[in-house]
Amino acid sequence: MTDTDKTIADLAARVEKLLAEHPPAATDRLEFLRARFDAGLAWVHFPEGLGGLGLPRELQAHVDRLLARAGAPDNDPRRNGIGLGMAAPTILAYGTEEQKKRFLRPLWTGEEIWCQLFSEPGAGSDLAALATRAERDGDHWIVNGQKVWTSGAHKARWAILVARTDPGAPKHRGMTYFLCDMTDPGVEVRPLRQITGEAEFNEVFLTDVKIPDSLRLGEEGEGWRVATATLMNERVAIGGGDPRREGGMIGVVAGTWRERPELRTPELHARLMRLWVEAEVARMTGRRLRQKLAAGQPGPEGSAAKLTFARLAQQLSGLELELLGAEGLRYDDWTMKRPEVVEFTGKDAGYRYLRAKGNSIEGGTSEILRNIVAERVLGLPPEPRTDKDVPWKDLPR
Amino acid sequence: MSDELDLLYTDVEESVRDSVRSLLAKRSTPEQVVRVYDGDRSGLAELWQALAAELGLAALLVPEEHGGAGASAREAAVVLEELGRYVAPVPFLTSAVVATTALLEAGATDRLGELAAGERTAALAVPFSTAPGRAVPAVSVDGGVLQGSVHAVAGALEADLLLVPVRTDGGLELHEVSGGDARVTPVTSLDMTRQVADIDLTGVASRRIAGADAAERAVGRALETGAALMASEQYGVAQWCLDTTVEYLKIRRQFGRIVGGFQALKHRLADLYVTVESARAAARYAAAAVAAGHPDRSVAASAAQAYCADAAVLAAEEAIQLHGGVGMTWEHPAHLYLKRAKADQIALGTPGAHHALLAALVDLPAA
Ligand SMILES: Cc1cc2nc3c(=O)[nH]c(=O)nc-3n(C[C@H](O)[C@H](O)[C@H](O)COP(=O)(O)OP(=O)(O)OC[C@H]3O[C@@H](n4cnc5c(N)ncnc54)[C@H](O)[C@@H]3O)c2cc1C
Repeated sequence: MTDTDKTIADLAARVEKLLAEHPPAATDRLEFLRARFDAGLAWVHFPEGLGGLGLPRELQAHVDRLLARAGAPDNDPRRNGIGLGMAAPTILAYGTEEQKKRFLRPLWTGEEIWCQLFSEPGAGSDLAALATRAERDGDHWIVNGQKVWTSGAHKARWAILVARTDPGAPKHRGMTYFLCDMTDPGVEVRPLRQITGEAEFNEVFLTDVKIPDSLRLGEEGEGWRVATATLMNERVAIGGGDPRREGGMIGVVAGTWRERPELRTPELHARLMRLWVEAEVARMTGRRLRQKLAAGQPGPEGSAAKLTFARLAQQLSGLELELLGAEGLRYDDWTMKRPEVVEFTGKDAGYRYLRAKGNSIEGGTSEILRNIVAERVLGLPPEPRTDKDVPWKDLPR
Repeated sequence: MSDELDLLYTDVEESVRDSVRSLLAKRSTPEQVVRVYDGDRSGLAELWQALAAELGLAALLVPEEHGGAGASAREAAVVLEELGRYVAPVPFLTSAVVATTALLEAGATDRLGELAAGERTAALAVPFSTAPGRAVPAVSVDGGVLQGSVHAVAGALEADLLLVPVRTDGGLELHEVSGGDARVTPVTSLDMTRQVADIDLTGVASRRIAGADAAERAVGRALETGAALMASEQYGVAQWCLDTTVEYLKIRRQFGRIVGGFQALKHRLADLYVTVESARAAARYAAAAVAAGHPDRSVAASAAQAYCADAAVLAAEEAIQLHGGVGMTWEHPAHLYLKRAKADQIALGTPGAHHALLAALVDLPAA
C-alpha cells in the first residue's frame, strides 16, 4: 500500500466512524455538521482541531463523495460562499489561535454567514485607495466610512473588513484588516438593487462602529497583504470550477439541448460543441490548479481560472437565450428580492444571462486579472503608477 | 488514490524532458531545422537515431517483453511537448506513437523489437488528416498484390515499414509492406518538418498482419492515441510561441517604452497564457487517460485535440503579429511554428471533426 492509499483508507475509516456515531437519518443537521467538523472532515487540508487533518486539499473531494453517498447533509456551501471561500483561508493564514478557534467552526457549519466589506464608492479596482477610517481608541478601533457592492450583507453575521489606519502612509501601507460584527451598533445595511431585479448586494454604512483590537487580523498596516491573500482565494473560489463534467453553466445548456431537439440548429451546434470543449478544458485546468495547490496557497495563476470562468459563463448564458428563441424573450420575475444564496446557474435563462455579467466584475474585473497575469505570471512591465510613494492623504480624490 | 488522474508531471517525466531537451537544444536548433525547407534533409536520420536509440524514445510505448521500455503515454506526451517546442523533424509521433500503437493493438508484435531499438521506423499509411473513428481510405488486394494509392501520409518518407489498411469483402485488414517496395513520392508540404508523401502501392506484394476486427480496432486506436498525444506537441508549440513572444516584448522598445508594457498587448498575452495553460491541462488529461486505459479516453482525446489544435495556431499567429516585421522573416523561427501548428490543426482530425466525434460521445447530437 502506498502512503496515499493508507491515507485514503484512514479517511474512509474516519468517515465510517462519524456515520456510525451520528447516523445522518437520525441526527439533527447542525449536530451532524458540528461532529463532522470536530472529526477533521470539514476541510481535510486544515490543521487538526480546526476542522481538518493536515492532509492534501484534493482529498476533500473523496470525503465529500463518501458522505454524500451515505446521505449525510452538507454545509450548503452556496449559502456562505464568502465565508468559506475567502474569510476561512484568510483567518487560517493570518488569524491568532483564539480567532481560529472562535470563528472557523460556526463559519463552516453555516451557523455564521460572512460578507466582505472591501469595495467602496471611490475604491473598486483600485481597492488600495479605500477611505473607510479606523482610528485607535485604547483597545478598540472606531470605524467610519461607506462600503458598496457588499454581497450578502443582509444575512451576514460577520464581515471581513479593510480600513485605513494611517492616512499619512502611501496607500498600500496604511491599511489594516479587521473582522467586523455586523450586529454592532453603527452598521447599517441598505439593499442595492441589481441588473437581475433582486438585491444580492448592498451598501453598508459604518458609523462609529467599535471593533475590539482582538478582532484585528494581521498586524496594523498589513491590511493590503492580508487582503491580497483573500483576493487570490476569491479568484480560485469563483473560478476553481466544478469537479463534475458539465457542472456549472455548460450543464444547464447541454441539458436544454438534449431535452429540446426542436430547438437545434447547425449554427448553434457548432457554437455549443466549441463551448463544451472549452468548459471541459477549463475543468481540467481547474483540476491541474487544484493539484498544484494541494499543499500551498493560491498564487496569481488563480486569476487565469477566473478569467476563463467568466468568459464561458457569459458566452454560454448568451447562447442559451438564443437557443430558447421566443422563450428567451420572457423573464421570470422582476420583483425586488433579497436572495438567501448567490445563484449563478439557478433560476431561468434570462436571469443566468444577466447575472453572468457580474462574473467579469466581481472579485476583480477581467481587465485587472489580465494585468495580474501579465505582470506577475509573465513578468511584463507594470502599469505606470503615479501614486506609489505619495501619502494617501495627499492623493487627488 | 482517488479516481482523479494526475495532471502534473512526475519526477521521471521531468527527467525524460530534461534529456530530450538538452539533446534537441544542441541538435535541433531553428537554424538546423529550417534547412528542411530547402530540401536539405541531411542529418535528420542521425538526429532521429540519437533520440530513438541513445535516449530510447522509440522504445517508450513498447512493452518490456517486446524489447521496449514499457513506459506509458504520459512519458510519450512529455517527449512530444519537447519535440513541439523544437519543431523537431523526427518521426516520433508517426512511428513510435501511431504505428507502434497500431502494431500493438493488432497483436503484430514481431516487428516491435526493431522499432523499439530504433533500427527501423514504421508509418501507418493513411492520410495524415484522417480523424479517429472515421472510415479510412484503404487500398484493395487481389491475389496477395495491392491495388491503389494513399495521399498525404506523414512519416512515409523515412519509413522502413508501411502499415497499410486494406479493404476486403470481409472488412478492413491491416497489411505490412516494406518501405522500399512502395513508390513513395515526397510532397512539398506546408510543414516540411513533418513532410507528407504520396504512396503508390499498385502491384506491391504485402503481408497480412491483422484481420477484420483487429485491424479496425488497431487503426482506430492508433489514430485516437495519435490525436490524444499530438495535443502535447501542440501545447509545446504554443508554449514556445508564448515564451518567445513574452521575451521579445520585454526588450523591444517603441514610443520610449518597453512594448510589453502597453496594456493592449499585456492583455492579449494574458489571454494567450490562459489558453496555453488550458491546452496543457487538456493535453495532460488526454495523455493520462490513454496511459490509464481510462474509459474516458476517447472524450479526452477529442476534447484535447479540438482545443489544442486551435490553441497552437492562435499562439503561432499571435507570435508572428506581436513580433511585427521580424515575425514575417525567414530568419525568425516563428514561421516554423506556424507551419507546424497549422498542419497539426488539420492532422488526425480538424477541431470540427473532433467536435462531431464528441457530439456523439457525450450525447449532444447535431439535429
Ligand atoms: C455581483 C457583484 C458582487 C460583488 N460583491 C462584492 C462584495 O461582496 N464585497 C466587495 O467588497 N465587493 C464586491 N463587489 C465589487 C467588485 O469587487 C468591484 O465591482 C470590482 O472590483 C470593480 O470595481 P468598480 O466596480 O469600482 O469598477 P472600476 O474599478 O471603477 O472599473 C471600471 C472599469 O475600468 C476598468 N479598469 C479599472 N482599472 C483598470 C486598469 N488599471 N486597467 C484596465 N482597466 C481598468 C475596470 O475593469 C472596469 O471595466 C461585487 C461586484 C459585483 C458586480
